[in-house]
Amino acid sequence: MSKAGERLVNGIVKENPTFVQMLGMCPTLAVTTSAINGIGMGLTTTVILALSNLFISALRKFIPDRVRIPSYIIVIASFVTMVQFLLEGFIPSLYDSLGLYIPLIVVNCIILGRAEAYASKNPMGLSFMDGIGMGLGFTVGLTTIGAFRELLGNGSVFGFRVMPSGYTPITIFVLAPGAFFVLAGIIAFQNKLKLNKAAKEGISPENALCRSEDCAGCMNSLCGGRLAEGKLKETVKEEGGAD
Amino acid sequence: MSELMNVSSSPHVRSKDSTSRIMLDVIIALLPATGVGIYNFGFKAFLIIAVTIASSVGFEYLSCVLMKKKPTTRDLSAVLTGLLLALNLSPDVPLWLPIIGAAFGIIIVKQVFGGLGQNFMNPALGARCFLLLSFTGQMTSFTYDSVTGATPLAVIKAGESADLTKMFIGTIPGTIGETSAAALLIGAAYLLTKRIISPRIPFMYIGVFTVLIAIYALATGVADPLYFVGEELCGGGLMLGAFFMATDYVTSPITPNGKLIFGAMLAILTFLFRMFGSSAEGVSYAIIICNLFVPLIERFTVPTSFGKGAVKYE
Repeated sequence: MSKAGERLVNGIVKENPTFVQMLGMCPTLAVTTSAINGIGMGLTTTVILALSNLFISALRKFIPDRVRIPSYIIVIASFVTMVQFLLEGFIPSLYDSLGLYIPLIVVNCIILGRAEAYASKNPMGLSFMDGIGMGLGFTVGLTTIGAFRELLGNGSVFGFRVMPSGYTPITIFVLAPGAFFVLAGIIAFQNKLKLNKAAKEGISPENALCRSEDCAGCMNSLCGGRLAEGKLKETVKEEGGAD
Repeated sequence: MSELMNVSSSPHVRSKDSTSRIMLDVIIALLPATGVGIYNFGFKAFLIIAVTIASSVGFEYLSCVLMKKKPTTRDLSAVLTGLLLALNLSPDVPLWLPIIGAAFGIIIVKQVFGGLGQNFMNPALGARCFLLLSFTGQMTSFTYDSVTGATPLAVIKAGESADLTKMFIGTIPGTIGETSAAALLIGAAYLLTKRIISPRIPFMYIGVFTVLIAIYALATGVADPLYFVGEELCGGGLMLGAFFMATDYVTSPITPNGKLIFGAMLAILTFLFRMFGSSAEGVSYAIIICNLFVPLIERFTVPTSFGKGAVKYE
């Protein structure tokens, strides 16, 4: 697989910002009242993420290390402002339903995180693809949550009525608590799949859910990094044995 | 050898109390209120109670099997949750509604967090609030004597007056179990004399609530303050909540002072919700919010052991 393709798969599946890294929770919980809102927010973020990654990567050798965060924010804020005016001009309905959350993209931790973790260290092409991948991963996450919430809370998906007419919508799913229920349900399901896969490969359940490379985005707050250390030791031992 | 010579390790005193025995006692204490509910609202109420209990027990069994745990249906806690949930429903609800409520209360609020003893919120009340937010229309339509009307609390909130005697006996519209203050008090007396519940939470709750309501009534110049206080005490879910749901062992503080703080918090929240909120009733929200504060309350009210001096916490 090409390096650019690998960035895409990495963003959408392996390090999906919503379900694996648990980043950008504020828009994830707030705007996903319907599938169309989810996809709108996701694509808006994708455009901004790709462009800001591209620019930050291009400028990475000019930006002094000490003022890099303010510089990133200026780049991101410029793109957010542009996209905001474009949305207001051309898709006013989406602009109205996303409301406050468009300007808040400036401080979305996925965008700042990718700028810091990837774009500031890698060439322009790959950074752009990384932005697209992460953005699409975010879009997939938001659309899935939005679709479930709309289905249960309104009986429709993308505005089309799916449930039979006798179905009484469970309104709580389009209210704030519903976002937590759906997100938790999806993550539980995904962990179950991971555990099943790990059981087949003979990996213990604790290690299966541990991503040793990234403790910051981990959900297991009780572990405190001990597993990652243990896991690293295991791999070092194996490498030693292979010599 | 006399028995005095026996040497053994603690515990030396054993109690015959068990989880199922305590649950059974609470169920017995709820029977008067259940009876009045069925007498008031007819066969429909009986059907709702039966469906809620059956689905609660069913979901408890199902989730235990799915989670590969030993089924805990025999400790009667699911029966009690089902009964409490049913008593918190309007007699008008369609029969599928309590099934959804039971599924939410048992699976999401109770079993996912680890089953009995691990739930952070009263499952019956969690389910009631879930249903109240989801199906507001069905949950707040109250029919009594084939007339759909406002509950006495809503009538009082609108500035009119309700019949206090009827409110005390229970011949008023409302949820199945909350209408009769008299029947609930009989059940509460049974629980208190058998020492199943401690009087600290309910008495503190009702006491502080009475004081707050009296101050409010005097401050706003209600025509008959004493009558107003009586109506607020007998109306809505206050008695049911104070004696049967705020005292749930799992979701209330175990420390003696914690119980007093818990009761006072409940009273303040209920008062605020009822007097200044948009809805006429606020007992269920007050209880589940205070449930969340229980670990914090317990942490700051641990009694000092004799001779140990003050205990410091980090």
